[in-house]
Amino acid sequence: MVSLTINGVQRQIDADPDMPLLWVIRDILGMTGTKFGCGVAQCGACTVHLNGEAVRSCVTKVSRAAGQQITTIEGLSVNNNHVLQKAWVEFDVPQCGYCQSGQLMSAAVLLRENPNPTDQDIDDAMSGNICRCGTYPRIRAAIHQAAKMQQEGAKS
Amino acid sequence: MKKLIVFSFILFTLSLIILSFKTETPNNAGQLVVRKDSVASVKAFKKVYTVLMSARCMNCHPSGDVPLQGDDSHLHTMGPKRGIDGKGVYAMKCSNCHQATNTPGLHTPPGNPNWHLPPANMRMVFQGRTPRQLAKQLIDPKQNGNKDLKKLIEHADDGLVLSGWNPGEGRKLPPMSHAEFKKAWLTWLSTGAYAPSK
Repeated sequence: MVSLTINGVQRQIDADPDMPLLWVIRDILGMTGTKFGCGVAQCGACTVHLNGEAVRSCVTKVSRAAGQQITTIEGLSVNNNHVLQKAWVEFDVPQCGYCQSGQLMSAAVLLRENPNPTDQDIDDAMSGNICRCGTYPRIRAAIHQAAKMQQEGAKS
Repeated sequence: MKKLIVFSFILFTLSLIILSFKTETPNNAGQLVVRKDSVASVKAFKKVYTVLMSARCMNCHPSGDVPLQGDDSHLHTMGPKRGIDGKGVYAMKCSNCHQATNTPGLHTPPGNPNWHLPPANMRMVFQGRTPRQLAKQLIDPKQNGNKDLKKLIEHADDGLVLSGWNPGEGRKLPPMSHAEFKKAWLTWLSTGAYAPSK
């Protein structure tokens, strides 16, 4: 048994320690917001937070996550009210939507570490998340908007 | 009495001659004794150079801030950046994909618990360096990560250096075994760490 804390809830998982964390999240826990894309850490669709870092869960063994804090897209906010989620809606960012949970999880790390990112900072942070629909301009605009909302929220 | 003085003089002179050939540098690391020999040193460094310029070493010592990838040392796909500490930036930190061990399969991230590039303030570039430039850089503490002779010796057995010989599936190994590399490395250092002429 592996003990995990996912979105603040402690779980006991009966899985091989070498099983990818993504399989645990999707197949055992049924949390399907996190997507399987390439399976080799090249596309970013499976991005979740492990102790706040944007790990690719398709290549992360569940043993690495044992006893650690994991956050999936389902736990990014309580009511889908993370500034990024609000900005995503405002800018109508997704097209097919498949990559978007990974995009949001990566963007959340960026905004935490850099509250006022430039275009270059956004490119540097988001270059590991591929979008086949090419929503990159809207992703960039939404991240800028979320940064603005975050700063305004901090002032009020 | 005269014979004794002559004998003492000869003994003193011989001692001086012997000492002049034996330049010892005492240190705490494996009692490496430096005996200067520029020919042997340069010869050993040529071997060292072939390893350091192989993809397994050079890929993480790029001339820019994006690591290299593959046996052809192309720019790392996804364009991860060095960052201040050499461990990446934001959502693109090395350990987000590179695990503590190699991920099974072709085209998967190789692993090491300490995966990183040299930090931004000590970039330790290998890419594009001539043998002479690289040799001089390697023994300059201002360019080699503040390594003295002891630390340079130890670096041959550094975990990340060793991982070059365990690169994951489908990747070419350095051009010689780690044992041969270490022997050449120690020979280069113990003969005076001379830089080739070019």
